[in-house]
Order: sequence, then structure tokens, then C-alpha cells
Amino acid sequence: MSGPSLESEPLVAVRNLHVEFPSATGVTHAVRGVSFAIGREKLGIVGESGSGKSVTGRALMRLLPGSARMRADVLRFGTTDILQAGEREMRALRGGRIGLVLQDPKYSLNPVMTAGAQIAEALRAHKRLGRREARDAALALLESVRIRDPRRVHDAYPHELSGGMGQRVMIAMMLAPDPELLIADEPTSALDASVQAEILSLIEEQVDRRGMALMLISHDLPLVARFCDRVAVMYAGQVMEELPAADLHQARHAYTRGLLECLPSLSERRDRLPTLKRDPAWLAPRA
Amino acid sequence: MSGHSPGSPMADAATATAAVEPVSDAAPEAALAPPPPQPGAAPSRRDWLLTDAPASRSQAAWGRRYQAWLAFRRNPLAMVGLGVILAMLVLILLAPLIATHDPGAQELGNRLAAPSAAHWLGTDELGRDVWSRILYGGRITLGMVVAVVLLVAPLGLLVGCVAGYAGGVWDRLLMRVTDIFLAFPRLILALAFVAAMRPGVESAVIAIALTAWPPYARLARAETLTIRRTDYVAAARMTGASPARIVLRHVMPMCLPSLVVRVTLDMSSIILTAAGLGFLGLGAQPPLPEWGTMIATARRFILEQWWVALMPGIAIFSASLAFNLLGDGLRDVLDPKQR
Amino acid sequence: MLLARLKSLAATAASIPITLLGLAVVTFFIGRVVPIDPVLAVVGDRAPADVVARARIELGLDQPLYAQFWRYLTDILSGNLGRSVMTSNTVWEDIARYFPATFELATLAILIAALLGIGLGVLAATRQGSWVDQAVRVFCLAGHSLPVFVLALVSLLVFYAWLGWLPGPGRQGIVFQDMVEPVTGILTLDALLAGDWPAFWDAVLHLIQPAGILAFFSLAYIARMTRAFMLAELRSEYVTTARAKGLSSMRIVWRHAFRNTAVPLVTVIFLTYAGLLEGAVLTETIFGWPGLGQYLTVSLLNADMNAVLGATLVVGLIYVVLNLMADLLYRLMDPRTR
Repeated sequence: MSGPSLESEPLVAVRNLHVEFPSATGVTHAVRGVSFAIGREKLGIVGESGSGKSVTGRALMRLLPGSARMRADVLRFGTTDILQAGEREMRALRGGRIGLVLQDPKYSLNPVMTAGAQIAEALRAHKRLGRREARDAALALLESVRIRDPRRVHDAYPHELSGGMGQRVMIAMMLAPDPELLIADEPTSALDASVQAEILSLIEEQVDRRGMALMLISHDLPLVARFCDRVAVMYAGQVMEELPAADLHQARHAYTRGLLECLPSLSERRDRLPTLKRDPAWLAPRA
Repeated sequence: MSGHSPGSPMADAATATAAVEPVSDAAPEAALAPPPPQPGAAPSRRDWLLTDAPASRSQAAWGRRYQAWLAFRRNPLAMVGLGVILAMLVLILLAPLIATHDPGAQELGNRLAAPSAAHWLGTDELGRDVWSRILYGGRITLGMVVAVVLLVAPLGLLVGCVAGYAGGVWDRLLMRVTDIFLAFPRLILALAFVAAMRPGVESAVIAIALTAWPPYARLARAETLTIRRTDYVAAARMTGASPARIVLRHVMPMCLPSLVVRVTLDMSSIILTAAGLGFLGLGAQPPLPEWGTMIATARRFILEQWWVALMPGIAIFSASLAFNLLGDGLRDVLDPKQR
Repeated sequence: MLLARLKSLAATAASIPITLLGLAVVTFFIGRVVPIDPVLAVVGDRAPADVVARARIELGLDQPLYAQFWRYLTDILSGNLGRSVMTSNTVWEDIARYFPATFELATLAILIAALLGIGLGVLAATRQGSWVDQAVRVFCLAGHSLPVFVLALVSLLVFYAWLGWLPGPGRQGIVFQDMVEPVTGILTLDALLAGDWPAFWDAVLHLIQPAGILAFFSLAYIARMTRAFMLAELRSEYVTTARAKGLSSMRIVWRHAFRNTAVPLVTVIFLTYAGLLEGAVLTETIFGWPGLGQYLTVSLLNADMNAVLGATLVVGLIYVVLNLMADLLYRLMDPRTR
């Protein structure tokens, strides 16, 4: 990583990524030819469920189930070729340089390990630390994600924590080894509406302070538009449109427009929300 | 509710929910296929079975069975199990034709002979032909298994359905009795029962049956508890059907698929318990060529003429393995909820 | 929360006396339908009529059934299981003498079965669909399908008669017979306590075959359950988290997924342990192992009903206690139920 190339070379480069899941009844083509790049910025990936946005995020970390088939012209993180990297290299990348925040802390935290142990484990996987140091670092991290009583949370099991608290633990755990990119996969969808905003502002604050890149995966278009610099809209495994978040209201693609139309509004009175009309032509393979 | 026979549609619904997976998988494919053949167009039998627009209830039922069969056929181990069981049934039924000797005929000059052209599997300590004895012994073993299943499955089904449907005191009482029987290891309780009666095939069957019913009752109760809450049972209740009628006509048929799986998996355990009782001298008694009994008498010669004891052992193993393979495959097809 | 937990614990505890009462009812009725007249069993076939009548009254057999049952129950509770006709000891003494041998056998068997079964199950789960997985599946099915006594005979034939690697039936070699002072009744432990290494080694060699065979059957079940539990855990979200943290696959499998299966697995292992008592009946018969199983079969063949019912009752009791222990351990191990 030399100085001058940092500006021109993006952190993540993806060109023509395909992911397929073969099964007994046929092949499911989850991602079909997705290309994008992420620099030191916040990229939002939006789409309905099944659009391939989560699979794309996990493909970056090669975290897909064993049956998945993955190919791409370019799939690169920094200088690492993700398609070619060995398992050891990938392990250094996972957690160490890319963090992943999952949807529901109720399932994504190990139920039989204390929160502190799970954070310390992430730390010690990437840094040489003694037990004591890891514990102190974990407590400091818990404090940095605005947990008021870090000691109690440190020794608590996940079922003893609320959803918002669990998600803070998750974020602390993923920030522990100081990654360069944080992938947040629907980080607030499982939480109460009242804590969603807190968690998102926490992610934003941490990303800004640490100078990380963020890939925010969500089905919530306005939310992504609010927090991200750029937005990529996915449908059926393809990117329909990519544009600066500020220009979202000028979106051109019919699918994006359709999504925006479907939103209820407080300021405008509408009799009935329109339903999205899908055009098979969107799925035509593109060069 | 009174217009058509109330039993069969519910039974059909049961198999429909159990075997629905392959049907829904095939649906998009079928949607692209040409429309279902017209009655006059002489469709192939396969098309008739696989159509997604059946013309009658029986066509739908047969189609579902065919789908289940197709899924089952994809499991090679289960097919092996089925093949072995069918082969064994044929051998046992045709025993008088296939046996080379009278299973009771002694030939004392030719004791404990090694396998040869005259005696395919050798002879036992009284010079009797082992191959013929194994064939006839299969009749005893499988007869015992069938008798146990005929006693146990209806009993367990009845106890479980009544407990699950009636609930309250009845449920607690019946389940407590079930628990008590489950609190003994099966073979040991069977041993105690046989000891109280006279050793023999009948007491072995009764003893095994007495120890085998509780798991069926548990299973049927669990199924009943979910069925009880369904709308069609509520509907049947509203039409004034008596509890007995609801249990017999609506609840019990729904429990059948999982019961069938359980029975198949249990077959092997019944075979092993029956053989174990025979081996301990508490099942079928010596002149009878029951497999476990044969091993018990041949045991004395294990160090020298080991094949005499081993042949019936292989027979027990194949029969029980075949039922296990079949049950494992059936479970995947009929009862995907279970492990 | 706490109240609900205490309540469920109390319900479990309360169910035990009821189950035990049920066990007593079952053994009592088996004892009553027995065609052998218990009076004749005590006084002998040729006893004069007045002796028989006196014995009948002494045994309380002239009383109505409920009174007989009450007497039976109070006897059991005061530890009186009657006297064995065969050994002329009290059944309780006999059981105390034979039980340690079975305990030694079953405990070693469950240790082997748990270690190998968990290993195989985890291996199959982490390589789902591979030939390893298929091999484990077939191995497990074979374990469910082989009769214990056939495997035991084959093992004797191969390892004792043909290869001569292991000693034959029995618990110790003739040279060591009655050489070790019985303290616990567990021969390996007693030999160790006495510091008698040759006797210890001899006892271990004699244990290998019966314990290995007994283990084989539980091994199949434990491996199968481990595989099923592990597959469910490996699919869960926290495993994705662990992978995303960059942990090694060893650590993911053992520290994360396996730690979560450990809780239900303990229950499975305890239940299997109880089930071993059943396999012990046949294994002990073949290996001439002087344990509870052999005691039971010998008493059966001699129509010694007091011994049979006493042993059955004790086995049932052990079964219930093991079930309860599995339940308690489950509550202790899972942080969610603490």
C-alpha cells in the first residue's frame, strides 16, 4: 500500500461478480454480474429480500456456504485477490481488515460465551495480547460503543442483554482489530425503532472517527440515503442503478423510482400506496 | 361433513402436508409445461400422475404417492434396504420350495460340517442343514415382529390420541403410565415379563409388546396435540361429531405417516430384542430354528466351528440393517420434520 | 423467572416418587402373575401342607392384594428386597456385590463411546455429504443393526482365539483370582489401591473386549446425535460471526459450535449410559462378567423371582436417577437456564 496509489485505487474493487447455489432442483443464480468499487466512503446497498445484497457482502469475505460457486473478473480488497487468497490470508482479512455486523444479536452472538469473551477472542485472533490486556481492551471497546456499565456487560451472556445492547457488543467486537472496512448487513432491522437511530449514529461515528469504509446493506431506501455517500440499488442479483445518495430523488431507473413511489409519506396525503410493477426487461443480461 | 366419507379426505390431507415438498419444487417447471392433457388425449401414466391439475381426488392422492416414491428412489441406501426386505420376504414365503433339507432332519454322522455343495451353509450340532433352518427361522422372527407391531401400534396410537385429545387428568394419567414403562430398559423389562410367564414365542411377543408401546403413545400424543388445534377439527366438533368419532376418524389418520416411519425404524430393535431373548433361552425354545436360539446352541462351538453361530448372526444383522436403511429413507420422505 | 424455574424443578422432583411407585407396581404385578408359587419356592416342593399354610401366612399371601402391595412397598422402602433362593443371600447383598463389576464395565464403555462418538459425529458434520460423512452414517446404522451377542462372539473368536491379543471371558486371569483385596469392588481401582500393577494390567486387559463391545452400540447413537446437533449449530448465525472474526476452523468448530451442542449432548450421553445396562445383560452373559446383568439372567433361568424383580427394580431406579441427573446437569450447564 504505497501513498500515491491510495487515492486512485479503491479499497474494494468488484467487477462482474457471479454467485450460484447449486441444489437438487437446479441452480439458483443469486448474484449475476455485479460491479462496484468502494473507497474510503460509505456505500449503501439497497434491495428487497432475495436481491443478492447480503450474498454480495459475504462474497467479499468469502463467507458463503461450501456449496456456493463464485466467479468474478475482479474481486479485490486492497491488494489481496479474494478469489485467489489462501485460507490463512482470508482469515487475516476477515475480522482483521473487514468487519461484519449481522442483523440480529439474538442469533449472531454465541449464546454460551460472555460478551467480553467474544470481544477478547476477536482481539486475540489478530493481535498478540495477553489475557489481562485483552480484557482491558474489551472493556475500553465496550465503553467506546457507549455502554454505560461496561463491567456488567462484559460478564453478561447474550440472553441477558437487550437487542440494542447486543448490537453494540457486536459492533465493539467487529471494531476490535481496527478493520478498514465495516460491512453492516441490516444492522438495525431486528431492533426496536427507538434504538435503530442510536445504533446507526454509533456506526456512523465510529466509521468517521476511525476513517473506515462502510458498506451498509439494507432494504430501507431512505435510511441508506441518509447515512451513505453513494447508493447502489440491487434487484434480482444485479445492480440496477448506482448514484450519489444526494441525487436519489433524481433516480432514473424504473425500479428505484418504483421503490421511492411505494413509500408512505407524512407530508403528502395518499389514498393508496402504489404497488411495484416489475419489468422482465430489467433482468436482461447487460454488458 | 356428512356428505362424503369423512375419513379419507383427512387422511389425504395428512399425506399431502407430509409430502408437499417435492410437489411445490416441481411447480414452476410444470407451469411452463404444456397444459394438462385432455381426458381423450390418452396421456402417459407418468403424466397422469405428475399433473398439477388432478381431475379427481384419487388422482391427486396417487400423484402424491408417486412423488414420494420418486423422492424415495433417489436414496440408494433406502432402496438397498427395501430390496433386501423384499428378497427376504420372498425367501421366507417360499421356504418350503427353496430349502434344500427338512429343517428338523438330523444327520448325526455329519455334525458341524463346513459349508459345502450339499449343505450350503454347513450343518449344526445335530447335523441339521443351517441354510434350511435359517429360512424357516426367518418365518419365526418375522412372524414375531409382525405380531408385536400389530399389538403395539394400535395400542400406542389409541393411548396417545386419547391422552392428547382428552387432555387434563386423562393425559396426565396415561402419560405417567407411559413414563413408568419408559423408566425400565426395554430388554430388562421384557426379561422380567418373560420370567413371569413361560419362556416361548408367545410370551416373548407379549413381553416385547408390553415394553414397546410407550414410544408410540408419546409420538401419537405429540401429533394429536398439534392436530387438535387445527380448524378442521374445530369444524368437525361444531358439526356435533362425538369425541370418539373425531379421534378415530380425524386425529388418528393424521398420526399415521410418522407412525409408519417409527414402526419401520423400530422393526430392527424388535428383531434384536426377539433374538436377544432367544439367545438367553427365554424366547423361542430349542427345536425351533429361531435365529437367536440357533446362535445360543451353536455358541459352544464358536472357537472351532464358528460358521455355525455366525450364519444366523448374519441373517439377524441383514434383516435389522435392511429395516434401518428403509426406515431412514422413509423418514426423509414422509416425515421431514423429524431429524 | 426464578420462581418459574424453581417450580419446574419441583415438578421434576415430585415426579420421581410417583415414577418409583409405578416401578414398584409393575414389579409387584409381575411377581403376582408368575406361575411359580412363591410359597413352594421358599419351603420346597415336598413340604407338608401345614408348613405350606404357615409359610403362606408368613409371606402375607392370605391378605387381600392391596395389603400385599402395601407390605411389598414398605419392604422395598426399608431396603428389603427379599432373599434369593439361588444364593440364599438377601437380594440386596447380591446386588451390592455384583453391581460394581457392571458399573466398572459400563463406565469405561461410556467413556470410550463418548470420546469416539463425539469425534466421529463432529467429523461427519464438518464434512457433510463427503465420503467420510457417508461412512459414519453407514457405521451408525450398522451399530443399530448388529446384535450385541453376535459381535461379542465374533470378537472373542478373532481377538482371543485367532489372534490371541486379548484374554478370554472372565474378569481376571486365574493367577490373579481373589488376590486383590476388594475395597470398592471395582477391580481396576482396587488393584491400583493395592499397588498391584500386574493385577491392574490383567484387569484392564479383561475389560477391553466387553467394554469395547458395549461401547460400540452407544457410540453409534452418540455419533448420530452429535452429527445432527452439530449440523444445526454450524448453520447458525453466530458461526458466521465467528468466521467473520477470522477465527481458525478448529476454534469455530470446537469453541463455538461444539460448546453449544455440549448441553443437549450431556443428556444424550446420560441416557445412553442408562441404556448400557441393557446391553450389559447380553455382554456379561457372553464374557462371563460377574455383574448385575449376569446375575439377572442366571436368576431368570433359575426362576429366582425375588432376585429378578429386585434387580429389575434397582435397574429401573438407576435409570430414573440418571435421567434426573441429566436434567439437573442440563440446567447447570446452559447459561440460559441458570
